[in-house]
Amino acid sequence: MSANNDYLTFLENEAIYVFREVAAQFARPVILFSGGKDSIVLVHLAKKAFYPARIPFPLLHIDTGHNFPEILDFRDELAREAGVELLVGSVQEAIDKGRVKEETGPYASRNTLQIVTLLDALKTYQVDAAIGGGRRDEEKARAKERFFSHRDAFGQWDPKNQRPELWNLFNGKKHPGEHFRVFPLSNWTELDVWTYIAREKIQLPPLYFSHSRQVFWRDKVLYGDTPFMVHLPGEEIFEAQVRFRTIGDATCTGAIFSEATTIQDVIEEVIAFRTTERGTRGDDKRSESAMEDRKRVGYF
Amino acid sequence: MDLLRFTTAGSVDDGKSTLIGRLLYDSKSIFEDRLEAIERTSKASGETEVNLALLTDGLRAEREQKITIDVAYHYFATPQRKFIIADTPGHTQYTRNMVTGASTADLAIVLIDAQKGVLVQSRRHAFIASLLQIPHLVVAINKMDSVDYDEKVFDQIREEFTQFSAKLDMPDIVFIPISALKGDNIVQRSTHMPWYDGPTLLYLLEHVHVEPYKNLIDFRFPVQYVVRPHQQFRGFAGRVSSGAIRVGEPVKVLPSGKHSAVKAIVTYDGELEEARAGDSVVLTLEDEIDISRGDMLVRVHNTPVIGRQVDAYLCWMDETPMEPGRLYELWQTSHTGRASIGEVRYKMDMETMHRLPSGSLQLNDIALVSLQTTMPFFWDTYRQNQHTGSFILIDPDTHNTVAAGMVRQVNKESIADLPQAPAGKKSADVVWEGWNINRAQRESRNGHQAAVLWFTGLSGSGKSTIGRLLEQQLFDRGIQTMLLDGDHLRHGLCNDLGFSEADRSENIRRAAEVARLFYEQGNIVICTFISPFAKDRQQVRALIPEGRFLEVWANCDLDTAIARDPKGLYARALRGEIAHFTGINSPYEPPENPEITLHTATEDSEAAARRIIEKLTALGII
Repeated sequence: MSANNDYLTFLENEAIYVFREVAAQFARPVILFSGGKDSIVLVHLAKKAFYPARIPFPLLHIDTGHNFPEILDFRDELAREAGVELLVGSVQEAIDKGRVKEETGPYASRNTLQIVTLLDALKTYQVDAAIGGGRRDEEKARAKERFFSHRDAFGQWDPKNQRPELWNLFNGKKHPGEHFRVFPLSNWTELDVWTYIAREKIQLPPLYFSHSRQVFWRDKVLYGDTPFMVHLPGEEIFEAQVRFRTIGDATCTGAIFSEATTIQDVIEEVIAFRTTERGTRGDDKRSESAMEDRKRVGYF
Repeated sequence: MDLLRFTTAGSVDDGKSTLIGRLLYDSKSIFEDRLEAIERTSKASGETEVNLALLTDGLRAEREQKITIDVAYHYFATPQRKFIIADTPGHTQYTRNMVTGASTADLAIVLIDAQKGVLVQSRRHAFIASLLQIPHLVVAINKMDSVDYDEKVFDQIREEFTQFSAKLDMPDIVFIPISALKGDNIVQRSTHMPWYDGPTLLYLLEHVHVEPYKNLIDFRFPVQYVVRPHQQFRGFAGRVSSGAIRVGEPVKVLPSGKHSAVKAIVTYDGELEEARAGDSVVLTLEDEIDISRGDMLVRVHNTPVIGRQVDAYLCWMDETPMEPGRLYELWQTSHTGRASIGEVRYKMDMETMHRLPSGSLQLNDIALVSLQTTMPFFWDTYRQNQHTGSFILIDPDTHNTVAAGMVRQVNKESIADLPQAPAGKKSADVVWEGWNINRAQRESRNGHQAAVLWFTGLSGSGKSTIGRLLEQQLFDRGIQTMLLDGDHLRHGLCNDLGFSEADRSENIRRAAEVARLFYEQGNIVICTFISPFAKDRQQVRALIPEGRFLEVWANCDLDTAIARDPKGLYARALRGEIAHFTGINSPYEPPENPEITLHTATEDSEAAARRIIEKLTALGII
């Protein structure tokens, strides 16, 4: 490894340590898999943590039904290659069963509906540790997250009453029904993730690189046009060279204009960025505390 | 290392948030959308300037109350280094937050407001930095613009801080005069302070030498997880805490003590020749040995101390106070067990750095305690090894992390806190088995600690009178007590003994052993014996843990005692009818440092008993 990125090795060692703590302390962990680059990096780190054994827990994907099709293919291939079980929690199913009510209108998104499906899935599979790709640099509420973040029996986060986390001692003790969210990438930044992807030559879905797509503007976010989107009057659809900085539900993930076709191009772009990654997310723009409010009730 | 983790602590007004905002802003780590968001919020709350503190206050309650609640982590990078800031608020739970932030930091910034000088909080932060052995301390004297960039102000604060820090264990302290608001000496060298020729803050942060895994000598490998993909492979996963190991080198397994050698160092990216401190690897061994999580691999001739008893600095982090004698879960490396706090040796007064006696610990307290674990752990001192010398305590009911501990001293494997009977008199066939139900459990049920109050003084000095009164008062409070009086013992257990010096010593030895048994049963044992010889009393003291043995001197002049003569013994002794009578024809050696001195010639018994109860309360025994 080159001298100018040995902190990546530090971050890698730390993440591997966290994965092994999860395997040792919990009975039924899952890796929350969104198809986004952070969860792909998570799977890569999990492979390293348990090599030569396989990853000892399944992937859990919360499927909003509004996916970019490329992501589902990528997901299936990744699970097959890593030899891990793939669990899917379906938002569509929850809607059909009447567990949640679909939002309507042009701003409708299934983002909030995921919370119910996620908590249902955690309950169904009796998950006691859900490993996510959340990073502290993403958003100011996340800056206060622990590596091991306690959730009560209703999946709620109490940010004012978190356990202190000292040295590398992660307290995963819980009462029946409670669970933990675990964030091995806590200390990583967006640039660290990209630099690591480049160093490790990790495969990503093509959406992360420049491609041609039908897009339109709404509230300063550039959305890809998908069959799930309802258009407002005056919204003009046009074709552009774009890529995605984050990937989630297609109805709330914004694209950026980009010519970056390789990881190196992307890294240069990230260094030059003057807006945060989550600035392309419609779900965070709902209010100043949008992220904190969703996290409190059980969001990723 | 091209990564620096540092901590900042401070309260609302000292400019900490502005400093962090300045570092993020000047290193171009604040994104435009985030800046726009805080501009909007600043305007909405009626502020004229952009409030950089809003960058660091992440929770809704924090923004509303304009305070910081929890440790927040911020990230920025320069071409030289990546930085992780643990931003610890000074509001409530200050010690808890500072200690948490400091536990992973290589450098601490203490901010001092040039207008206010060294405050309690600056001292507290510096003390915590030294306690957690953070190798570098930067004292940033902020708001220099508000004192006209005056060198004298800077010198005065530096002088004051240096005097204080001489008491701390702090190898490297750098003072920098700054103005976070104006940007002086943060990234750009200040033009207002030509008298300062040291580095700017950012230059220092970029160039200070750090090593997150400091101990490169003592190989310690706590086994975290056993990797077993198939019958032919059995690997031990873990992160090297300290030192290094190479393929082929011999290792010892703790606690089994079995020896083997490293067969391979396995990683996903291929096998390694050497694993060093900080590396997460999988080790395989030449021999089939049963090893599981919590075991530790070490070198054959460089091992940690195996023990159940440590002295440690403890930071109490929970709203519920520490309960003496209660069993908490103790986690150290990957090893978990149970422990109880035997004794609080002293508590730090963080305003004065004085050591205070204390029986219990509250939120934010830092104290030196003795700790007993139910199983042996593999310890190093925190100074030698941050990873094997640190631990947390977990409340078994709430599962909260209630304390952080740093080991100061390990006592090699020993049985409880009971010293052995003196060698030579002990039968070789007697094997000490330990108590069936330990004192901590009894104390927990009783709701108070056990102790021995040893009254010494001339016959007629009031020992028995005060002892009986005291026992009655303790008993009325629901406290488990036992009174041992010289006369009681001489009627039974010691009726074979006379009053020669040797017999008197033996009498005291037996009394002490009996007191110890009652002490182990959880009682407050009140012993009233003339016990005239200092060496005998010293032996009694040695049987009981420090802090639980209180010598009470009933100090009364001989004339008063003779005048009282409640049993007519002085009269007989003076007539020559009793040999070896203390004070008449046998000496009394007054205690040199008794815990309590009663002036029984002038002080009445009620007052004396009250003083003793106050002392027991102050020590947290009752």
